[in-house]
Amino acid sequence: MHRKSIDVWVGLFVLLGAVALLFLALKAGNMSTISFSKTYAITGKFDNIGGLKPQSPVKSAGVVVGRVGAISFDDKTFQAVVRLDLEPNHQFPKDSSLKILTSGLLGEQYIGIEAGGDSNNLVEGDRITRTQSAAVLEDLINQFIYSKAADGKDADK
Amino acid sequence: MANLLGILGGGVLDMFARIGFVTRSFARLVARLPGALRRPALISEQIHFIGNYSLLIIVVSGLFVGMVLALQGYYTLSQFGASEKLGQLVALSLLRELGPVVTALLFAGRAGTSLTAEIGLMKAGEQLTAMEMMAVNPIQRVLAPRFWAGLIAMPVLATVFSAIGVIGGYIVGVQLIGVDEGAFWSQMQANIDVRRDVLNGVLKSAVFGIAVTFTALFQGYEAKPTPEGVSRATTRTVVVASLMVLGLDFIMTALMFNK
Amino acid sequence: MSNLVEIRDLHFSYGDRPILSNLRMDFPRGKLIAVMGGSGCGKTTVLRLIGGQLRPQQGTVSINGEIINRLDTEGVYRLRRKMGMLFQFGALFTDLTVFENVAFPLREHTELPEELIRDLVLMRLNAVGLRNAQALKPNEISGGMARRVALARAVALDPELIMYDEPFAGLDPISMGVTANLIRNLNDALGSTSILVSHDVQETFTIADYVYFMASGKIVAEGTPEDLRRSTDPYVVQFINNQPDGPVPFHYPGKSLAEDLGLGGPK
Repeated sequence: MHRKSIDVWVGLFVLLGAVALLFLALKAGNMSTISFSKTYAITGKFDNIGGLKPQSPVKSAGVVVGRVGAISFDDKTFQAVVRLDLEPNHQFPKDSSLKILTSGLLGEQYIGIEAGGDSNNLVEGDRITRTQSAAVLEDLINQFIYSKAADGKDADK
Repeated sequence: MANLLGILGGGVLDMFARIGFVTRSFARLVARLPGALRRPALISEQIHFIGNYSLLIIVVSGLFVGMVLALQGYYTLSQFGASEKLGQLVALSLLRELGPVVTALLFAGRAGTSLTAEIGLMKAGEQLTAMEMMAVNPIQRVLAPRFWAGLIAMPVLATVFSAIGVIGGYIVGVQLIGVDEGAFWSQMQANIDVRRDVLNGVLKSAVFGIAVTFTALFQGYEAKPTPEGVSRATTRTVVVASLMVLGLDFIMTALMFNK
Repeated sequence: MSNLVEIRDLHFSYGDRPILSNLRMDFPRGKLIAVMGGSGCGKTTVLRLIGGQLRPQQGTVSINGEIINRLDTEGVYRLRRKMGMLFQFGALFTDLTVFENVAFPLREHTELPEELIRDLVLMRLNAVGLRNAQALKPNEISGGMARRVALARAVALDPELIMYDEPFAGLDPISMGVTANLIRNLNDALGSTSILVSHDVQETFTIADYVYFMASGKIVAEGTPEDLRRSTDPYVVQFINNQPDGPVPFHYPGKSLAEDLGLGGPK
């Protein structure tokens, strides 16, 4: 019947849209890596966070184990306070350290978490004290020029 | 001088009156939308006319846009040694912008004009008045199903456009140019967030669907019942709908993608 | 109530332009009443007011005792279910077949099963002689046939009131005769009241029970066709006898010919 064939075509049409959406979500997007499990939060203070943003990845040994949750400023110590939302199936010792690293030469910044040796693990609300701030390009250049100048002075002597 | 002010003032008042009229018409249409859901056969028929019949142009356009993106993108990216980011470039451009916007513009041209002409001619032939005299509300029976169909079909078409575009980009980027296949997909996956990019794109296309479909229906309904009237109305549909899409795109992009 | 429709003290203007003034009309049950006059006299406006498409500035239009111009949309739709209207060029739905056009009001307003609807539609089409054209689309039939299909559609729900807007306009003499017969027979067979708007004197006079003559928004004459044939009102005389000039002037009002040619004649 005329009506029935139209319904079939429309059904196919909507199905095609759903397939396209699934393709985009899985192949092009990060759907397969999203975990909807509850994360646990820990904080770390940094002198300089550089270009770190919320949702930046937290990686350990290069593998994503969490995301940056929120970034705020401590008025008393004049440091940046970063909250990390870590996935519950990854536990780290209490004396782990945090570093702000760059992926590639001009890439995005992320937090690297290096495991320590403590037998107790971090829990919700813990603070990591061993942190290394982002490398600021201008400081690196100053350092380089300084060391070059120092070498020159030594050579003169 | 007073005369000039009077003319300006009159013009401004006319504009307000026009905006008010359009808003009232939109409200009238929205009021009839729930009732139209009781006749899904009508909506389904319109999805067929509006959606299925637009598929061909959407698929072909999506393929070509994706392929061109890959070509142009590779040329620029390779200057920075970043050619393995090609997949990310193609997918982001499509999902966030080109998918919803280009689909909406094509939709306005193909489905929008046919809606306007159809409604305009029905009005000119007194078909809508005849329906009213038979105690059937033409807004609920004729306009509302078409509105639902546009609202449903647009996101489907935009998603298909983006998906085919990504495939087109893959064909040109990986198969023809020779970008590494693994890098193509993995860079894409690492940098595209389903919530932020895919779903926002779908949301955009739904909003565009509302804007374009309503414009097409409104222009048809208000067209003068003469041949020139209908033809001018179809032109106005394309122009107004296209401008609305571009304007809404700017607003939504600013809202969605600012950090 | 002997009158199905009554119009009292009706005034209607379109913006600043007065169209109808001081109108008083009765439409008794079971009768076929014609509303006639030249173009622009307001007769189609009367139909629209009765159907509730327009609201008068002053006065009442009552149908079966209910004043339609005071009802809300729900009420107007309720009254319209008892009405059928034939538009000047049929106004058939171009995307539906002849059968589906006639079935439309049945499908929208009744819960009848498909088999019953099929029988009803075929009977209506048979009454207008187009049962075998049921599968055709409106663009495949002639104008006269389209109007007959529209007639079948207008009477699909056995309406109490049937309105005809210029049903004879543009028809050949045979079709005119067929249509006139159909209008009269349907009126009597269904026991409904019919209101006919037309400027075709010959056909209308053969079927109408009562005629209202209008000019410039007022009723200038009324009566049975025989009364009007004997009338001495100059307007009626001009209309019935097809006279080119009379109360309705031939020349568009303005300057005289002598003035335009610069001959300095009477101004």
